Amino acid sequence: MDIFLQQLANGLTIGSIFALVALGYTMVYGVMRLINFAHGDMVAASAFVGLTVYTQVMGQATSLFSVIVIFLLTASVMACVGVLLERLAYRPLRDAPRLSAVVSALGASLVIQNGIMLIWGPRMQIFPELVPQVYWDLGGVVISLIQVIILALSLVLMVGLYLFIEKTRMGAAVRASSIDQDAARLMGINVNSVIALIFIIGSSLGAIGGLFIGMYYRGITFNMGWQYGLYAFIAAIIGGIGNIPGAMMGGMLLGLFNAFIAGYISSTWADAFTFILLILILIVRPTGILGERVAEKV
Amino acid sequence: MSSEVLFTIEDLEVSYGSIAALKGVSLQVHKGEIVTILGANGAGKTTTMRTISQLLKAKSGSIRFKGEELTKMPAHKVVKLGISHSPEGRRVFGVLTVEENLLLGAYTQSKVNTKTLRWVYEMFPRLEERRKQLAGTLSGGEQQMLAIGRSLMSDPEMLLLDEPSLGIAPILVKAIFEQIKEISRQGVTVLLVEQNAKAALKLADRGYVLDVGRIALEGTSAELLASDKVQEAYLGKKHE
Repeated sequence: MDIFLQQLANGLTIGSIFALVALGYTMVYGVMRLINFAHGDMVAASAFVGLTVYTQVMGQATSLFSVIVIFLLTASVMACVGVLLERLAYRPLRDAPRLSAVVSALGASLVIQNGIMLIWGPRMQIFPELVPQVYWDLGGVVISLIQVIILALSLVLMVGLYLFIEKTRMGAAVRASSIDQDAARLMGINVNSVIALIFIIGSSLGAIGGLFIGMYYRGITFNMGWQYGLYAFIAAIIGGIGNIPGAMMGGMLLGLFNAFIAGYISSTWADAFTFILLILILIVRPTGILGERVAEKV
Repeated sequence: MSSEVLFTIEDLEVSYGSIAALKGVSLQVHKGEIVTILGANGAGKTTTMRTISQLLKAKSGSIRFKGEELTKMPAHKVVKLGISHSPEGRRVFGVLTVEENLLLGAYTQSKVNTKTLRWVYEMFPRLEERRKQLAGTLSGGEQQMLAIGRSLMSDPEMLLLDEPSLGIAPILVKAIFEQIKEISRQGVTVLLVEQNAKAALKLADRGYVLDVGRIALEGTSAELLASDKVQEAYLGKKHE
């Protein structure tokens, strides 16, 4: 039972991170039918940007104020990079065959990954301890302050995003654009602004995910985006790509699954089992858990 | 009929890659008119409509509405100017409810005009009955009503209707055409694309016949109905 509860706590933590990153994939796919392969590397880049903000801007302070500034500044920087990425790598290919955009996404991924390496170097860096190491021992289950923060902040962000999409005028524009771009234009919706908006939101959430990765695992490397990006991408597919609550659910599920495999079987097998899970879900529900079966338009 | 020209297309050319779809189309719509564009499949009717809405960009020529040139404008600005387009194939947002669809129609308005919403529900009571239902679960005819209702929600001066009778039960076609008349009575100028030439000409003041990207014929509805060419090509000669 102890193992179960402990892995539940660990799984929810990793799951939150997967979910935050998965939202970036799913929102971009929802509107553009494009897998933004550079998203994982953007997440990696945010950890390094956060590190630089910590050392260069905040003078290595770990006060609450400093942590808030690190989060806001990093999210803003990455939001700008996201908008720039869309402008440079995807917008010129908007009307090109879909494969061209996929190749461009893979190229962007390599550019960002190598950019990180050139700026911050190829070696692993240690992310600062932004949150004091406080642990609570709840009868054999150890929960850290950082886990609580990650879970709580992720939930707040996800609920906020959900309300934004479901309840606001701009959210309605996002939903309309993801259903039918031309029909959305006929409603007077500026689809280019919607696309910029989803890159801003997706990159900001990804940036927070990247900072969480740094805070939780401490060691950050220039190529770690590949691994986390892949997991988050799988989470988005499991939930039903293009579906926002699906990405949140997929992320949590995948985090829990991973933690339980690591706890009960072996962490070396976690990847293999993850892919087996993905294959099984795709066999049973090819559109993911919450994905709708959409009929082709006539 | 007032003679004020509201809308003009001059020498419009549109192509898909190297294939020319429109080869110099010119037409005029006066304020308050119902004007129909007839033509066979592939004549360029939908292309004309999509180019007016700026979903497609013209190769050359001009489209002017109340003196403003539309051809260099992004699509979402055209709606703001007062042209609303109910597209071919209806294109309702299937996974949203009927009411959410209608509210999206009012996206350009700072506030949803409840009078317009009332009016749409009065014209199409089925939409009100099903306002909480997903648009994708409606029948074809109901979806067409929704598409027209949605395009009215921006309080347009001119309404573009692309094949409202396509794939719809004849009884509903009749109901929809009656409501187009009502829309026109309320002062909305209507540009109607149809394959159902007879029904369209009965409704319209004037018409244009489009043939492989060119205007082949134009005239009042009475003239077109009487013309041998139209009779032969679209009305199946004398035997109905």
